[in-house]
Amino acid sequence: MARRVAPEINGGSLADIAFLLLIFFLVTTTMDVDTGIARKLPPMPEEPKEKVDIDIKKRNVCVVLINSQDQILFRNRPMNVDNLREAAKEFIKNEFDDEDLPEKEYKFIPELNKEVGIPKGVISLQNDRGTSYGVYILVQNELVAAFNEVRDEAAMKYFGKPKFDDLTEYEQEGIKTLYPQRISEAEPKNIGGN
Amino acid sequence: MSKFNKGKKKSQPAINTASLPDIVFMLLFFFMVATVMREVELKVDVSAKDLPAATEIKKLEKKSLVSYIYVGKPRQQYVTMYGTEPRIQLNSSFASVTDIREYIIAEREQRDEAEIPYMTTSLKVHKDTKMGIVTDIKQELRKASALKINYSSRKLY
Repeated sequence: MARRVAPEINGGSLADIAFLLLIFFLVTTTMDVDTGIARKLPPMPEEPKEKVDIDIKKRNVCVVLINSQDQILFRNRPMNVDNLREAAKEFIKNEFDDEDLPEKEYKFIPELNKEVGIPKGVISLQNDRGTSYGVYILVQNELVAAFNEVRDEAAMKYFGKPKFDDLTEYEQEGIKTLYPQRISEAEPKNIGGN
Repeated sequence: MSKFNKGKKKSQPAINTASLPDIVFMLLFFFMVATVMREVELKVDVSAKDLPAATEIKKLEKKSLVSYIYVGKPRQQYVTMYGTEPRIQLNSSFASVTDIREYIIAEREQRDEAEIPYMTTSLKVHKDTKMGIVTDIKQELRKASALKINYSSRKLY
């Protein structure tokens, strides 16, 4: 033997060190996935003074108003948040061709392979400066939920699948044409003071 | 023979723990990779529980293309300087509504030109904030034509 073999380093404490680091990362990790309601703002008009009056018939507009006391007015009727979804769905679909609810434009949609009446309704969400953000999001959520439920129902009706998300992209496109998500966040207004 | 095993006839062989470090390292690497260190220190009070809850939420994709705007009451240690009214935080400092446009432009400059249309602004707003300040922010974002926004909210079960 030329020289003595160096004694092997004891690896027993390796696990302890690794555990220490593991616990550190376990504690510091926040597995927050950022979620939220995605919206698209309307672009700023080029000429602020030139107001183009787009002629939208009264029956096609659904004004949802939230005042500074967080009370909701849906098409001039006071309403509770819980009833908002049903009311919005009724407005979006206009199943029985009501005179007060949006007009329909009959058009052939190739994706659905059918001629259907596309409702021309627009939901306009207006709020006061004093409205609280929590309630605003609650209402936004109900409106988006109404659209999603209507689309789910359409998915069932035309394709026999219970969920809009289960459809193929092509099929989804057809339903999107039938029920486009038209929620407009109006220009700021001061209603009822702060 | 340890003294505790005296009564038993046969001693069980000790379990080999040589692979324990490997397992622990595996877990360690998982957590190291999954960990996102918060790069900005929050000066306003918008922790996860203060965000509004919603059911129709979508995941925010492409985190690198997201700019954040925080709105809430200043934290305890900043109350003496900034008061208790909700304030805007951009990056790691307090800001006013007029700073938003510059912030968006600065955020754009950091990204590739092709990616600019996909940039999203995430509004992390405390649920008790009044809409006035949020409306002002929205108007500023419209002026800066940063139209894709996301109202950050947590999942409502």
